[in-house]
Amino acid sequence: MRQDIFPLQQGGRKRRSQWLAFGVFGLMSYSIVFILFAILGFIIYKGIGVVSWEFLTTAPADGMTGGGVWPAIVGTFYLMAGSALFAFPVGVMSGIYMNEYAPKGWLVRFIRMMTNNLGGIPSVVFGLFGMALFVKYLGFGDSILSGSLTLGLLCVPLVIRTTEESLKAIPDSFREGSRALGATKLQTIWHVVLPMGMPNVITGLILALGRVSGETAPILFTCAAYFLPRLPRSVLDQCMALPYHLYVVSTSGTDMDSQLPLAYGTALVLILIVLVVNLSAHALRRYFSNKVKTN
Amino acid sequence: MRRVCEKIVEGILTCSGFVTSVAVLLIVVFLFAEAMGLFNKKVVEEGYVLAVNKANPVRRLSALQIKEVFDGEITNWKELGGPDVGVTVFRLEDITAYFSEEELGDEYERAPRCVSRVVAGHPGIIAFVPARFVEKDFPGRLLDDECVSFGEVFAGKEWFPTATPAPLFGFLPLVAGTLWVGFFAILFALPFGLSVAVYMSEVAGRRTRGFLKPVIELLSGIPSVVYGFFGLIVVVPLLQRVFGLPVGETGLAGSVVLAVMALPTMITVAEDAMRNCPRAMREASLALGATRWQTIYKVVIPYSVSGIASGVVLGVGRAIGETMAVLMVTGNAAVIPSTLLEPLRTIPATIAAELGEAPSGGVHYEALFLLGVVLFFITMLINLGVEYISSKTGRSK
Amino acid sequence: MDKIDAKHVNFFYGDFQALKDISMTIEEKSVVAFIGPSGCGKSTFLRLFNRMNDLIPGTRLEGEILIDGRDVYDKSVQVDELRKQVGMVFQRPNPFPKSIFENVAYGLRVNGVKDGEFIRHRVEEALKAAALWDEVKHKLKESAFALSGGQQQRLCIARAMAVSPSVLLMDEPASALDPISTAKVEELIHELKTEYTIVIVTHNMQQAARVSDKTAFFYMGSMVEYDDTKKIFTNPGKEATQNYITGRFG
Repeated sequence: MRQDIFPLQQGGRKRRSQWLAFGVFGLMSYSIVFILFAILGFIIYKGIGVVSWEFLTTAPADGMTGGGVWPAIVGTFYLMAGSALFAFPVGVMSGIYMNEYAPKGWLVRFIRMMTNNLGGIPSVVFGLFGMALFVKYLGFGDSILSGSLTLGLLCVPLVIRTTEESLKAIPDSFREGSRALGATKLQTIWHVVLPMGMPNVITGLILALGRVSGETAPILFTCAAYFLPRLPRSVLDQCMALPYHLYVVSTSGTDMDSQLPLAYGTALVLILIVLVVNLSAHALRRYFSNKVKTN
Repeated sequence: MRRVCEKIVEGILTCSGFVTSVAVLLIVVFLFAEAMGLFNKKVVEEGYVLAVNKANPVRRLSALQIKEVFDGEITNWKELGGPDVGVTVFRLEDITAYFSEEELGDEYERAPRCVSRVVAGHPGIIAFVPARFVEKDFPGRLLDDECVSFGEVFAGKEWFPTATPAPLFGFLPLVAGTLWVGFFAILFALPFGLSVAVYMSEVAGRRTRGFLKPVIELLSGIPSVVYGFFGLIVVVPLLQRVFGLPVGETGLAGSVVLAVMALPTMITVAEDAMRNCPRAMREASLALGATRWQTIYKVVIPYSVSGIASGVVLGVGRAIGETMAVLMVTGNAAVIPSTLLEPLRTIPATIAAELGEAPSGGVHYEALFLLGVVLFFITMLINLGVEYISSKTGRSK
Repeated sequence: MDKIDAKHVNFFYGDFQALKDISMTIEEKSVVAFIGPSGCGKSTFLRLFNRMNDLIPGTRLEGEILIDGRDVYDKSVQVDELRKQVGMVFQRPNPFPKSIFENVAYGLRVNGVKDGEFIRHRVEEALKAAALWDEVKHKLKESAFALSGGQQQRLCIARAMAVSPSVLLMDEPASALDPISTAKVEELIHELKTEYTIVIVTHNMQQAARVSDKTAFFYMGSMVEYDDTKKIFTNPGKEATQNYITGRFG
């Protein structure tokens, strides 16, 4: 039954179409690389001349047409710290519950669905919610506290997901080994599971922080101040924040020519924070994975 | 003692397990609580009334009609079902055109009297005055005070939240703007996203992939204000010049920026889905003499199509919910878009731009919260869609 | 006539040498079985014949493998043309998530056959040759996943035969099957011998004894012994072979 059944020349055609398809895909992929570098390059190029020690350490002056971004940097770090303080314990505990305690089945599916839903809610809706609950209902007012809680809530799903995933990656044999030695479930989690999962959890947390540092919409109505002459003194003070500052400087104001350099500088500082966060997460991941290998 | 402690800790863990569910619930409750007051509010600004001459048979006007009357677009009562009389618009500040300061009194104490006289004297009058200026034996008739209606909000084509005497809260232009920008963003992002996903999962070697992966992660890490800023400074002027537009802040600019922002989500999810296609499946295809490309489009893509679809839908969700970038580049004109080359306005951008100026608890404020509710449900639907799609794959495996 | 001729084959996964200086010839229209303990390199060697190992990054080959007198690793060889000539059946049945018909037609379609009538004819032929036709002829449109494991594996054999290869490689084709399905597959191999050159990797020695003309015993990346199956199982030349087939290790 064997016979020559294939059209001649056919092989060439299918290889040509593969060559073409892969070429297009490669081109598309590298154009994305180009987009990234275009954005980064543009902002670095325009901003590098603006960013100086003075720019980083002084407050805006002359109605946003001069001075630096010091209060905005401080505010952004307050917000990052505040939201971390709220989101990390809650998120990590929730992740532990999901992976270690929750009975598998509809309950886990339901919680996971809710977590995904929360993660998919637009940030501006978080802003509305934060305003309704923290600012008005709980009476925190426009403050770092309200802003941190709102931002914290925003990144809780991310923290839960990474925690859950890193705990899931730990083989059950470790848990069984610990339980077999008479350790309770909680002891097992505390002494065996958590230390093993920690590197990945921490990487996830850092990435979540990166997200928080760039969010604007949630703090528009809960925290961000257009301009503050002094640094915030308590958690019930408003604060400035880099992303909001960039928005303000680049869209409102009368003297665009003198504001624009400040906007470039602010964008650069913001990008640098994101870069540092991402790179350190990567470095950490690599460091820990090497460590596990050599052990 | 230790057992008790352990129980307590486990209790805390259990509670925190439900934090996201509780948060979603709270969001729904609070958004609704703030938004639902809207439909109990009067169309006309609080503390004010609309009065007409006694002889005028018109009893009620919709918010849109009120706006058109006061904008001078409707000039005859005939158009409103009344007599053939020209409309005379009267606002309180017009009163000085009718009366001298002496007649009004130093503290406007005689103003109510004057209002009555104006209303009585002009058959075509429509007067917008504070309710306290209406005397007991008012010679005119007050128009029926209507509440903001459901239909006017959800089917209304005009969004004029600060118009007086009656603001208009038509959601249509905003919903249309959101979907319009989102749709084109995905249209632009789709070819890129899928190509990159295929390239990364199937074509690229380990080293290329190790280079592309962080690029994609960085792209998703860039804050949306920075995208907005870049769009405003680079993309907007570019489009303006290329298309010769009067303004560069258009739906197109928004779509382009959103496309870039939606890419990382799309790529990551689609790539994961394709990498999950079992090796045995690929090998079977290759062993039959298929090229790698044939294997990809005949086996790998059909196999992972639902994962790819989730990626695309998640990208749509990201595009629809995005706030700052869109706010900065789309021009924010609340009109129902017909082309991509005109300014438009999305739901998130509206909320972000206007909530700061809307007095807490007012109609405008409540309308913005209602927009938040709408947005919430749109994204909720999208998420449930993704959930449904991926649960289907789970079963077929 | 020699169908396959391997000369001094060395193969590396990175730094690890998986195959050590293997040379063998395989006659046309015969069945050769590769046996040996797990990790001995028998599957790796098999996958060299249709260059499936190309897919694994970081591998390296020394030596030559000739099929019909032509080096399959020569630069002028198109790997998809080669794989059309050298079909393969895998350890686990791996049908595509398509209908039974489309599974068998796949190889024809990707190789440019468009004639629907011919494809139908060819699919029927292949399914008949794989002794599956009577079981599936009424449900060709149904998903291949609806078939039992044994049926799926015969479907995969039919799929491989549809493109009309001259060599059929089988990588433990019956290891995931129940005894009855295994018997059917073995019977099939017997029948296919008249048309194809078959190389089969198996860890089941009875199977090797039942189906093959010649048997090669692999151990730790080397080919210890290669001879007529009868001789290998009754009077092996090497002690290691003796130990393995009598179950003393492996």
